[in-house]
Amino acid sequence: MTPTYYLLLSALLFTIGAVGVLVRRNAVVVFMCVELMLNAVNLSLVTFGRINGEIDGQVMAFFVMVVAAAEVVVGLAIIMAIFRTRRSASIDDTNLLKY
Amino acid sequence: MLNPFLAQQGGAIETPQIDYAAILPILIVLGAACVGVLLEAFLPKHQRWPVQVGLTLLTIVAAGVALGAYVGDAPEQGITTLSGTVAVDAPALFLWGTLLALALGAVLLIADRSVEPGGAFVAQAGISPGTVQDRAQVSSTGMQTEVFPLTLFALGGMMTFTAANDLLTMFIALEVLSLPLYLMCGLARRRRLISQEAAVKYFLLGAFASAFFLYGIAMLYGYAGSVRLADIAAATAGTDRSDTLLFAGFGLLMVGLLFKGSVGPFHTWTPDVYQGAPTPITAFMAACTKVAAFGALLRVLFVAFESTSWEWRGVLWAVAIISMAVGAILGLTQTDVKRMIAYSSIAHAGFLLVGTMAITDEGLSGTLFYLLAYGFTTLAAFGVISLVRDASGEATHLSAWAGLSKRSPLLAAVFTFLLLALAGIPLTSGFVGKFVVFSAALSDGMAPLVVIALVFSAVAAFFYLRVVVLMYFSEPAPEGPTVSVPGAFTTAAITLGVVVTLLLGVLPAFALDWAGAGGFALSS
Repeated sequence: MTPTYYLLLSALLFTIGAVGVLVRRNAVVVFMCVELMLNAVNLSLVTFGRINGEIDGQVMAFFVMVVAAAEVVVGLAIIMAIFRTRRSASIDDTNLLKY
Repeated sequence: MLNPFLAQQGGAIETPQIDYAAILPILIVLGAACVGVLLEAFLPKHQRWPVQVGLTLLTIVAAGVALGAYVGDAPEQGITTLSGTVAVDAPALFLWGTLLALALGAVLLIADRSVEPGGAFVAQAGISPGTVQDRAQVSSTGMQTEVFPLTLFALGGMMTFTAANDLLTMFIALEVLSLPLYLMCGLARRRRLISQEAAVKYFLLGAFASAFFLYGIAMLYGYAGSVRLADIAAATAGTDRSDTLLFAGFGLLMVGLLFKGSVGPFHTWTPDVYQGAPTPITAFMAACTKVAAFGALLRVLFVAFESTSWEWRGVLWAVAIISMAVGAILGLTQTDVKRMIAYSSIAHAGFLLVGTMAITDEGLSGTLFYLLAYGFTTLAAFGVISLVRDASGEATHLSAWAGLSKRSPLLAAVFTFLLLALAGIPLTSGFVGKFVVFSAALSDGMAPLVVIALVFSAVAAFFYLRVVVLMYFSEPAPEGPTVSVPGAFTTAAITLGVVVTLLLGVLPAFALDWAGAGGFALSS
């Protein structure tokens, strides 16, 4: 099986994630879509590593996982703080700042 | 079966050579940040503020001394260390010095407790806005002192970001600088709803942008077989891989970098976050994040994509024009002074991009000088904004600034000077900055873009002068704001910003020499 298919799958997952960020309204779901984008990138990195015949791509995927985990910690803390205030995690409700 | 790649690697892994003297400033800043977290855990509450402030200021000074000691006998061509992932060269050293000096000013603003009893930060981030505890914390003297280690982490990330010589290091540094900023945006003592909203918006959009940045890295890894900037440059000279990977990767990478620099169509977070975040943090972000983002952008364009500049320059032309237009025209319609400075920063990002696109020595030194000049001016401007207050906190609506010169002639004069510097009037650093950047662009054959940039800087000058007219020629409102008498910290920060703005305007030669001291280290 050629590795190109994995690149296409990765591009598809990345696009699904990006569209999800733009159309979903719940902050937690938006954040999950960002995580989907990061993991789609991981698939790309590993595939390119396979194509290039070296392990750098796999090592980079580990770095990305660590960063994603750190981002979850910070992100959920911020989303929790705003949820406790407003009793809602909808990003349409946070609309005090505009224009 | 064993992984075939692992079998191919063979041989022992060599320990990379580390030039500790070169990266000592970063190590000091990040090490002190870790110590700060420990202090937060072990010190009793009443001791934390003085110890954290002392540690943070000491750290920045110590990192500055280490930097100064290294600059004296640094090799002219610069070096790369940590097996080529970090480059310590003339631009990196200049940007480190700029970042440390700006961070010193920002930390002074963050630590100030004279204009408000406990400072600009919430006593405990866990208290929900609008509750009884929240009303109690507004008048308390407590403060969430984690802000200081978070500032140091962000500063360490920014310094690494400007020196990163491969894209993976750059990505890690980007996250190290961003994650603390997301948190600090949500820690305002007053108006906590908009502060938290700013944090959520900044976080979600920032994570979205860094996903694009990362996908760009993956594409370029596929193209060049390496994420080293020098290897990417070598691959653009001749490789059998598809150019689609190169340009898709370049575009996605730029989205992430331009987002951090709040340029052009990627600016949408800037006004909201600048307005909602506590003013000292806005000052830190506006000054230091801009420096870090453009430092990284310069390195990526100069080292990795110099030879393909004819392919991407057209796109960045459009981005720079959009950025200048959005900043200058939407800035005209603003009624909040923090939002107005945010749009001004978007316009300045466009001017900076004009200099960045000129892939010449003048373009490099001009952009570096512009970053230094703009950082100090905007830092002092936010320091002044934090002093104009009414009963509910800072009075940022422009109507409250009417007739301010009658209440406080000194404050009005200082703010006028800073606005003139942002507009680029001669005898201020803003004029010299614009001059060197535009002349570099002109000599690199971008005359039409320079004309457009001059038109938009004239448009932007109008909204700065509107505030000046408002302060001097309007009657003050009867229930207007008061101007707080700043304590030593805020006075020092504003004085630092104003003095540098004036000095760089009158005697720019020293800083221009330093900015033009040398190019990027090219060896990998």
